[in-house]
Amino acid sequence: MTTMTDPPKASFRLSMLLYDTRYRSNTIQVVVLIGFMLGVGWLLNNVVENMAASGKTFNYGFLGDKSGYDINQRLLEYSSQSTHLRAAVIGLINTLLVAVMGCLLATFIGVIVGVLRLSHNWIISRLAAVYVEIFRNVPVLLWILLIMGVVSDSLPQPKDFRGENATATMSLGDSVAITNRGIYVPEPLFERGLGDVPVLGNSFEVSLDLMLILAVLFTGLFISSKIGKRANAIQAETGVRPTVWWQRLGIVAIPVLITLYALGFYLGYPELKGFNFKGGTYLRSSLIALWLALSLYTGAFIAEIVRAGINAISKGQSEAAAALGLRPGRTMNLIILPQAMRVIIPPLISQFLNLTKNSSLAVAVGYMDITATLGGITLNQTGRELETILLLMACYLAISLSVSAVMNAYNERTQLKER
Amino acid sequence: MKKTVFFGALTVAGLAAGVAAAGTLDDVKARGKLNCGVSTGLVGFASPDANGRWEGFDVGVCRAVAAATLGDSDAVNFVPLSSKTRFTALSSGEVDMLARNTTWTLSRDADLKLDFVGVNYYDGQGFLIPKSLGVTSAKDLDGATVCIQTGTTTELNLADFFRVNGISYEPVPVEGNAEAQKQYLAGACDTLTTDASALAATRAAFEKPDDHVVLPEIISKEPLGPLVRHGDNEWGDIVRWSLNALISAEELGITSANIDELAKGTNNPEINRILGTEGSMGEMLGLEANWAMNAIKAGGNFAELFEANIGESTPIGLSRGLNALWTDGGLIYSPPFR
Repeated sequence: MTTMTDPPKASFRLSMLLYDTRYRSNTIQVVVLIGFMLGVGWLLNNVVENMAASGKTFNYGFLGDKSGYDINQRLLEYSSQSTHLRAAVIGLINTLLVAVMGCLLATFIGVIVGVLRLSHNWIISRLAAVYVEIFRNVPVLLWILLIMGVVSDSLPQPKDFRGENATATMSLGDSVAITNRGIYVPEPLFERGLGDVPVLGNSFEVSLDLMLILAVLFTGLFISSKIGKRANAIQAETGVRPTVWWQRLGIVAIPVLITLYALGFYLGYPELKGFNFKGGTYLRSSLIALWLALSLYTGAFIAEIVRAGINAISKGQSEAAAALGLRPGRTMNLIILPQAMRVIIPPLISQFLNLTKNSSLAVAVGYMDITATLGGITLNQTGRELETILLLMACYLAISLSVSAVMNAYNERTQLKER
Repeated sequence: MKKTVFFGALTVAGLAAGVAAAGTLDDVKARGKLNCGVSTGLVGFASPDANGRWEGFDVGVCRAVAAATLGDSDAVNFVPLSSKTRFTALSSGEVDMLARNTTWTLSRDADLKLDFVGVNYYDGQGFLIPKSLGVTSAKDLDGATVCIQTGTTTELNLADFFRVNGISYEPVPVEGNAEAQKQYLAGACDTLTTDASALAATRAAFEKPDDHVVLPEIISKEPLGPLVRHGDNEWGDIVRWSLNALISAEELGITSANIDELAKGTNNPEINRILGTEGSMGEMLGLEANWAMNAIKAGGNFAELFEANIGESTPIGLSRGLNALWTDGGLIYSPPFR
């Protein structure tokens, strides 16, 4: 006969927290957590006490005050009569601009160089290797300063374009002026433009012309992709692909051209007036230097990531593709790169984040990003170090987390679907 | 046990941080050196010479204060500060005083919690421009690209000047004086703007100074002076009266040449009070009786400092103008030593 008896319930004693392995790890964690909180609390307390001692308060009221300074590159309306908050927004947009431009160019450079580095052509693969090694082993700040120095010292000044014996001339049929202050290119203008509408209580204006053109363009692209899908379906069914490229081109291009004509599209050419070129769009030398330096620097890292991604695909894949009769170019585009993307994207995300954060070096060449406006001039003129730096950190954190979120979503889509 | 030591150390560190705020004079004496914040290199005002010794008009003020407090005009650590970092360095106690072409404004005085102790140079913001551009007035600068140092009052004055006159400009922000010079000479900007004295100093360092001209318009008032932190009035008094001693010395004819002679005693009671042979001025400030004598000996009186560093005989070639003594029609004035 068997008797079922519960094991004797050991009563809980305090010493078990230390000697019983069931509780010990929890005890250690709690102690460490308390220590950590005490450390953080002490730091915060120190800040509060020191600010009180120096008679400063913590508040963001200054953001509503007039900024009093001008910003050269502003994509939204801004003047010295605007607020510090607006100056920060202008800076934030400049940061985003250079970050997006940088990420695009860096990816372009990185993919090309990464593929070239695996080329069987000795010279090409060596050249790619030299590029990678030079750019990723020198601090990006030096590249920014070097490119800025080259731009401002070697390109002609605006005054060189003036007078009878001008030493510099405009390129591309007098439409583009390359100067040491920046590159002036023609700008699109509309004779019968629709004007701008204020959004969000006059805080910024949206160009109706641009919106209309974008709407027409995206509708065209949408219909074009439908045509493409139909062609795919027909090909799958009958094995013969109908020729649709002219339909797809037409459905995108013709409505856009009609819209442009209706709006009275023309180009405003830059012209030398007074000290500088007037008219046209102006790509400042500081933006060019920062953009090129960040892209070339980050491109070198991306090239290595791409190379690693391609090397990670087993050789059998390309051999199988060759056995099917695919040419090397199509093998790369259809077989290797789509699979390599799964390896490439996760490290690519951190390179994008690096590029965005490195853009805060802009202040070295006088590019007015958010570090230069909010964390530079605003900080100086208001003397609110703690507030501005915390806000600045929050901005970069928000940008980085958004980039991560978008790229992670893309990563999810490209990952191997296991069924 | 270990924990107790840890928290004990924290408490001590916390207390030490609290105490450091007061008693700057004691700190300086204990250290045996004065930490003086100066410009990162502006010829005539503060720049190291060929032997690495700091020289200049602002440096002279630092040396005078060091001589008054420590009796040695070389007992100074010169801390070069950019226009962006200078106030943080002063507030945090990294330097004891600033003598760095800093404009006295209300917001710096009240909001940044700083104390300006006087004015050693009355300046105004001007424009430097190549003669070849043929511009004669700042109002002709419509559409010009302007190089400007960030983090200074000049930035705000510039925005105001162009807005009030209804003309446009393109600001090119640069980090420091050296970078500004480089950009200006490369033609990345048409004109360089900052305090007129600094423009004169910058121009003097050019290869061909005569190709460049400072425009006649002065668009702002820029009283430049030494400053200290709020909250330590004794230290503020010492810096203030060291500067005043230099000015009074010029007014009373005390020079580095005749100071030893005068220190033996004169008929003029004010000279005697300054040089410590009469009264107890030094004691009131918590200094030696001969503090002012040391300060004046450090680099001479105000006029001697001016002439040696930025006066008409130097490459910078500034005339006294507003910076002459009040008795000569200028604004330089010291309250009495009484």
